[in-house]
Amino acid sequence: MRRFSWFNATSLTLGFAFLYLPMVILVIYSFNASKLVTVWAGFSTKWYGELLQNDAFLDAAWVTVKVAVMSSTLATVLGTIAAIVMIRAGRFYGRTLFSGMIYAPLVMPEVITGLSLLLLFIGIGLDRGVLTIVLAHTTFSMCYVSVVVSSRLVSFDQSLEEAALDLGCSPFQAFRLVTLPIIAPAVISGWLLAFTLSLDDLVIASFTAGPSATTLPMKIWSSVRLGVSPEINALSTLMIAVVTLGVISASIISKRGAVKQQREEQAAERAEAE
Amino acid sequence: MRSITNFATTLVIGAAAIYGVLSTYWFLSTLSGPGFALGFASVAGSLTKFALQAAISVAVIYLVWKFLSEDRKEPVVKNLLIGTPYLWLLALFLVPFVIVLKISLSDTALAIPPYTPTLDLAAGWKGITDFFSELDFENFVWLTEDDLYWKAYLSSLKIALTSTILTLLVGFPIAYGMARAPTEWRATLLMLVILPFWTSFLIRVYSWMGILSQEGYLNQLLMSLGLISEPLIILNTNVAVYIGIVYTYLPFMILPIYSALEKLDGSLLEAAEDLGCSRLSAFWLVTAPLSKQGVIAGSFLVFIPTLGEFVIPSLLGGSKTLMIGKVLWEEFFSNRDWPVASAVAVVLLLILVIPIILFQRNEQKQREIDG
Repeated sequence: MRRFSWFNATSLTLGFAFLYLPMVILVIYSFNASKLVTVWAGFSTKWYGELLQNDAFLDAAWVTVKVAVMSSTLATVLGTIAAIVMIRAGRFYGRTLFSGMIYAPLVMPEVITGLSLLLLFIGIGLDRGVLTIVLAHTTFSMCYVSVVVSSRLVSFDQSLEEAALDLGCSPFQAFRLVTLPIIAPAVISGWLLAFTLSLDDLVIASFTAGPSATTLPMKIWSSVRLGVSPEINALSTLMIAVVTLGVISASIISKRGAVKQQREEQAAERAEAE
Repeated sequence: MRSITNFATTLVIGAAAIYGVLSTYWFLSTLSGPGFALGFASVAGSLTKFALQAAISVAVIYLVWKFLSEDRKEPVVKNLLIGTPYLWLLALFLVPFVIVLKISLSDTALAIPPYTPTLDLAAGWKGITDFFSELDFENFVWLTEDDLYWKAYLSSLKIALTSTILTLLVGFPIAYGMARAPTEWRATLLMLVILPFWTSFLIRVYSWMGILSQEGYLNQLLMSLGLISEPLIILNTNVAVYIGIVYTYLPFMILPIYSALEKLDGSLLEAAEDLGCSRLSAFWLVTAPLSKQGVIAGSFLVFIPTLGEFVIPSLLGGSKTLMIGKVLWEEFFSNRDWPVASAVAVVLLLILVIPIILFQRNEQKQREIDG
């Protein structure tokens, strides 16, 4: 068994310290009693209390969750269809344009995506609000979903689908019973990715949101521009906690799934051998 | 002929489906809007209207589907599958971009919307020719004349390039350490790299504001250690922008390099050492060339988004930090100059085309190597 060399241990320690120290400091100082953020004045949870009474933040959080759920669900449906089209549809008219439109939003600067969508919404006279943010978020996150799902689709054995069709499945049944269960992990991680992208987004939401809807990042942005504040520290700590719990539990669940699958495969092989 | 009828059938079903979706949206928006205040009668009215519209849409889809012979159904489904995401991206990605292009050729005006000309289809053919004759490249000429813009482009390029190199210098040792770590550690280390990526970008940038400010934690630490006697001014300078970019984009650099290094066969290094290479020259002769693809991919993944970055220069940078994303934002929101903002966007995209094509080529090559 290989061990850490002196050089690697140092670079990993320094690297992860760099990645995590800023957030650790943020979390620690969210429990600071002082209004002055950089001076420690004892442990207190009062900023969390104030946060929970701040209606503007709670409203913004609710808008953000609504937008994220709607846009990531839409994006998952559209992105999965797009991935299937890209991998399985063969040639069709305008295929190059289609794949270009799938990949371009991934590298497009957010300011340009936001600006162009805003100009479209104004052009067609659509009132800006939750709906326009959902449309905007769906558009860029469906491309991420389709990249994630298509990488899974490429790697799986197409003969499984053909076997299902030969055994009398309709194409839809073959999709539901064979393809979907196999690509399900990718679809789920695509949904999670789209959900986080939507939760995180500041720039595109600022362009496409009207005065009637403010998302949490927009709210954080407008107060952060004035400087560091203990309430934002508390809010950040809550968000970091939610994400950390989510990622850790997701990885445990997927690990369990993998172990279970491995066991089943081994059992099947043993049964075959006997 | 066959494909045309298939296509026509698809269009009918698709149009009916879109009609159904739109009427659902209209119905929901009257419910969530002031519709409720209007009392029971109006809600009942819009409910009847919605029921009628939904019935039409479902009936059309059902009838067309029922009278389709079995071998016709498959191409229609295929057309619908292709058509849905295709139309969505056309309407919400390509068309908006054409609008940006068009507005970048228009003139600023004190009107709503704040630009001329607007296309007047009611005036017929003359309206269309008038519209095109009024478009010009004035805004692009303006971008070259006012030195704010080309300075902003140059400084964005400089900041993006410098921070890509810095991210590489910080990220490579971490990726190397991960790839050389004991196998049972790797999954955990990988998760530790990915975890910050799931955390809010805005919060990660914000966390540096408290550290780098004049009375911030870094200055407190350095002064209490006696290393400096006066606080360093880091926040609101380009140095803070570099730190912010390296910090937030580090996972994008580490992951491709790690995946290149992980594939590297350790026996190659042993062979090099057996043949008399020193450790350092084995690194340069074996590890570096074999991780080249990962380094290139990581560099583009950092460079491309940094070029149009807005959040980091606005929060950590100062008034002297010029980046094109920030200029575009201010042009649009503060100066309300939509045509110039659109022209800035078009030029930024033209600059981005080169690194994007190079990146795509690198990915293509990587796929060919992987087989």
